[in-house]
Amino acid sequence: MEDYFRELAEQAPRWNFIWMYDERQQGKILSGIWMTINLSIACVIFSVIIGVVGAWMQGAKSAIVRGIVQAYIQFFRNTPPFVQLLFFYFALGQFTPAVVGEDGWTVTPIISNVGWAIIALSFFAGAFNVEIFRAGIEAVPDSTREAAESLGFSRLQTYTEVVLPLAFRVSLPALNNNLVNLVKTTTQALAIAVPELLYQARTIWSDFPSAQYPTMILVWVVYILLVGVLVFGMHRWERAMRIPGYGQ
Amino acid sequence: MTATAGWTPDQPIVSLKDVHKSFGELEVLKGVSFDVMKGEVICIIGPSGSGKSTLIRCINALNNIQKGSIKVEGQEVHDPKLDKLELRKKVGMVFQQYNLFPHKTALENVMMAPVLVLKQDKADVEERARKLMAKVRLQGKEDNYPGELSGGQQQRVAIARSLAMNPDVMLFDEVTAALDPETVKEVLVTIKELAQEGMTCILVTHEMGFAREIADHIYFTDRGVIVEHGPPATFFTEAKDPRTKKFLEQIL
Repeated sequence: MEDYFRELAEQAPRWNFIWMYDERQQGKILSGIWMTINLSIACVIFSVIIGVVGAWMQGAKSAIVRGIVQAYIQFFRNTPPFVQLLFFYFALGQFTPAVVGEDGWTVTPIISNVGWAIIALSFFAGAFNVEIFRAGIEAVPDSTREAAESLGFSRLQTYTEVVLPLAFRVSLPALNNNLVNLVKTTTQALAIAVPELLYQARTIWSDFPSAQYPTMILVWVVYILLVGVLVFGMHRWERAMRIPGYGQ
Repeated sequence: MTATAGWTPDQPIVSLKDVHKSFGELEVLKGVSFDVMKGEVICIIGPSGSGKSTLIRCINALNNIQKGSIKVEGQEVHDPKLDKLELRKKVGMVFQQYNLFPHKTALENVMMAPVLVLKQDKADVEERARKLMAKVRLQGKEDNYPGELSGGQQQRVAIARSLAMNPDVMLFDEVTAALDPETVKEVLVTIKELAQEGMTCILVTHEMGFAREIADHIYFTDRGVIVEHGPPATFFTEAKDPRTKKFLEQIL
């Protein structure tokens, strides 16, 4: 196998599948994929939490709380995630405390570039999730809420037992879309040197221009598979949550 | 059921005095008063927009009122210090659109409130819920979701769901208005049985024949006031007010 690709690279200089026989390059690709997966999972989890909390805060009595959520949504939805990443890392990163190492001169900021990427991308996708969950909550008829209320449910019980389970089902397709976008947007973390898949692939093809085509193809394939797994999982979930005779 | 201090069963179980209710500029109820005794069945009829539904919703505090007083078992419903849970244990409500919880099975719909709100033992509640399902003739439909049931069946689940809380008074807000004609009867039969068992019922309805059959007293409302009232025997035949006459002519 390795010999085959080594030979291929010699015969066809533009088709150097270098990561098939060079251990160092292979390591870069694998660690890149691993970083992309971790980044995606962390951002998906945090952005969903931000979405649920934000949607709940949007229903708050206080106009100030609602205003803050609205400002957050407008800011993160209406600016490019790329700019957000740069801003978080280079601007806000300046103000976070750093830890000085034992040697007295190495300085490590307590939030790494990976940390900032997770924060920035979670807030970015979270802004959309707030709107997605809000739409789901609004889709639950007032009359269903009233029925719960007239049975003596408290506000919290009405929310957790009736409104959220129904809202969540309504929100799933839109959430699915946004999470697909989020996984793809993790590539932009290369702007702050997060060693995810695209970052690693780029270092390979700038070191070895002959590996450019194969590596680009590899990047395509990995993202198609990653997003494919996510979509498959979300569809399975949607189906599992389906209520017989409801919304069909 | 906890009785309110000072209230005895020989006093009206539900008592309205000069109830006024507005939505913004629009005054929907302009001074409505009536009393309901324990075990009585009363029907409120009247043209659309005359405030019937609003009236019934005020009785279990789904709507607030601007003026007047509504008492259930001697307890003022619109007292800001009222424990709404206490009120809702006493008053059950069935809606026009059933409003079942679509993500729960029929049996779970019936069980939810006693388990969550009254914190009763789940096994006991289930036993009672199954009996209630049988009572509304829905044996075998326990595990069906509301979306799999017909309108009439859903409405009977909604009645069972209210009864599971052991209320003293049941409110029915045009509960057959959204049903297919062939399923109206099965719901009316259920309500009739309840009435015959001595449940205090307040119904808003357009089913004149039914009102005539089961009501002890009929109230006719128009534009936010009670125009005329009386026992069904005389109400339908000896209406005096021109508005009542006109309404009855149109509907009978």
